[in-house]
Parts: sequence; structure tokens; C-alpha cells
Amino acid sequence: MDRIPILKMGDLLLVTIQVDMHDQLALTLQDDLTDRISRTGARGVLIDISSLEVVDSFIGRMLANIAGMARVLDAVTVVVGMQPAVAITLVELGLALPGVRTALNVERGMDLLRGAVHDRSLEVSDDGRAE
Amino acid sequence: MTAERPTRIPEILRKHEAEMLRHWMRLQQEAVTRRRDLISDQELQAQSQEFLGLLAAAVQAAGFADVQRGAEWAPVRDMLATISRSRSIQGFTPAETAAFVFSLKPALYERIREELGTDANGQFEELRRADELLDRLGLYTAEVHQKSREAVILRQQQDMLELSTPVVKLWDGILALPMIGTLDSARTQVVMETLLQRIIETGAEVAILDITGVPTVDTLTAQHLIKTVTAARLMGAECIISGIRPQIAQTIVHLGVELGDVITKATLADAFAMALRRLSLGVTRVTSPRA
Repeated sequence: MDRIPILKMGDLLLVTIQVDMHDQLALTLQDDLTDRISRTGARGVLIDISSLEVVDSFIGRMLANIAGMARVLDAVTVVVGMQPAVAITLVELGLALPGVRTALNVERGMDLLRGAVHDRSLEVSDDGRAE
Repeated sequence: MTAERPTRIPEILRKHEAEMLRHWMRLQQEAVTRRRDLISDQELQAQSQEFLGLLAAAVQAAGFADVQRGAEWAPVRDMLATISRSRSIQGFTPAETAAFVFSLKPALYERIREELGTDANGQFEELRRADELLDRLGLYTAEVHQKSREAVILRQQQDMLELSTPVVKLWDGILALPMIGTLDSARTQVVMETLLQRIIETGAEVAILDITGVPTVDTLTAQHLIKTVTAARLMGAECIISGIRPQIAQTIVHLGVELGDVITKATLADAFAMALRRLSLGVTRVTSPRA
């Protein structure tokens, strides 16, 4: 069965979607990713969808779901490289992906993710000191 | 009247062609709809002569049926369409264009009266046919005239659509989209596509939508703006809406339009300053060397 590989870089996870997403693949990715986050204690997830040309409402909802699940598991999600056509489709479908951070390319996404993870760890240590 | 009598109009048209052309030309020259400034006598004469010839041939071949669609009438229709189109471009009004055909009526009726003399029923019959025929042809020219005007309007709309959606680069990573005119669905689509494409090309992080030139903002316009902002955000660029005039701010609040968490600024300058801050850039005053 095909799977989408999940790469680990320090405390970040990297997912690059380079094939056409079908529903089963999306569900498998959801399972794998939540599993990996909880196993490795990753603080951030970067999903690169620059090769994704077509989306439907299911895939759109899945992206939002993954971000939501990651948040519950205390990880920040950044979606990078969305194509204009995909963005327009999602907007027309009414899927604005609230709560998902976005960036234009992997490089910027990494910066954003590192910044976000750093901010969150500061928040935690601040809280720790206050107690 | 029982059976339709065969018409003599084709015969009349052939027999009196030269005389009728003279009469018709005189009528056209005297008419108030004559535009000596737009079309020369020679050109008008050539057009009139050609039309009479084609008309005679078509009536001969097909009678009065199917003026709008029949194959035999195609040359007449084509010619009228050409005349009509060229006149609409030259600046004739629809009435002035249709007058070309309608002014033939007296010339033709005169010949019918001469030919049929005392036969009142025959005269009436022929006049009725000729009247109907010329009415149809006249209306056809008016229709083509209107269609060619519509084509011009459509092309201008298209031009305006392209003209009014430029995406300008203000700085490395900052795009501005000065929007001018009413924002409808079609416009929004074009704006959105060009903006997203430019974001990819330039790698911009901030896009400023300037709505100074948008005359009114209603709930639909606001929805279109929000869609554009959301799509840009999905691609990783932040949008600032600027150029909100006081009246528009009032309208937005009165209508209860929800702009969500979209950043809005009063002027493009404010938005640009904010965009620079986002990119950790700043503007400083240079101390003049002369001072």
C-alpha cells in the first residue's frame, strides 16, 4: 500500500505530498502523522503541497483536520507551497483552513515553523517560571 | 381574395432599375437622415445600386419567404450586414442606418403604381408584399447595427477588465493591487487569479488591496474581498486592505459586514508602512550633504 513518507528533522516533521491525493491516502497520512507526532514528541509539522494540483472538499477538510489534531498534540502545522488554483478552489468550497499557518515555499515555512515552535517553548518556560 | 396572384415585383425591379435608383438616390439625398459628413454620394450610389441588384435577384429566386434565414436571401443579408456594421462604426444612429432600406419604399411604390395602373386589388397586394419585405430588411439592418454596437461594448468591457486589474510591485516582497471600478464576481475572479499568480512569481509576503477606486462596498463586494484575502493567505501571503474612504467605513458598519481578521488601513501609505514593518524594513531620512 502506498504511503506518504514523513521525515523527521530534529523536533520537526516534514511531509511532502508529491502524488495525487486520494481519500485512502489522506486517511493513512492522518493516522501516520498523529502516530509519529505522539511517538517522537515533535513540536512542528511542515506539509508541502506544492505538487498538489487538484483538491476536493475531502482533502481540504483533511488538511484542516491534520492541523487540528497536531494542535491537540501540541505541535504547530504549517502548510506551504499551495498552488493558486488550489487556493481558489478551497476558498470557493468555503474551506479557509482557519488555524492553519501558511507560507509560500518550504524555506519560508521552515523559518515560520522554527519561529512558532520557539515562541511556544518560550511561553511554556515563562509559565514555568511564574509558578 | 382567394388565391395569391403571382407577384410582379421582380419584373418591376428589373425593368425600372435605373429609374428607381435615380429616384431612390434623390430620396436619400433629400432625407433628413442623410449624413453627408459621413458618407460620400459615390459610395452611397454604389451601395444602393448593389442592393437593388441583389434584391431583384433574391426576390426572383425565392419570392418573399424566409428573408431572415433562406439561402437565396443570404447575399442581400450579407450586404446589409456589411453596410450596417460599417455605418455603426462610422457613427450612424440605428434610425439613420435603417433609413437606407426604408427610403426605397416610395421609389418602389411609385413604380408599382405605374405598372399596375387601374388594378386596385393587384396594386394593394403588391404594395402589401413590398411593404412587408422592406420592413423586414430594414429591421434586419437595425438589428445588425445594434449587434455590432453590442460587440463594441463587450470588447470595451473586456479591455476594462484587463486594464483595471494591474498588480504592481511596491518593494521586494510587497505587492499592491489598486482596484478601480465595481467589484463583481467576474472581476474578483480575474483579480484573484492575477494576484495569486504574481505572488508565486515574485514570492511576495504581503499584498495590499487598495480599494480607493471602488465606488461602493456592499455585502457582496466585501465577500469577494474576503475571498481574495483568504486565497492569498492560503498561499502564505498576508493581505492588507487599504483605501477605505469614510463613507465606505460607514457603509461597512451599517450593513454589518464582517471583515473578519483582515487588516484594514485608511490609506495606501499606511498599508505600505505596515507592510515594511512586517518585513522588518524601515524608511529613514537621509541627512543632506549640503546641510
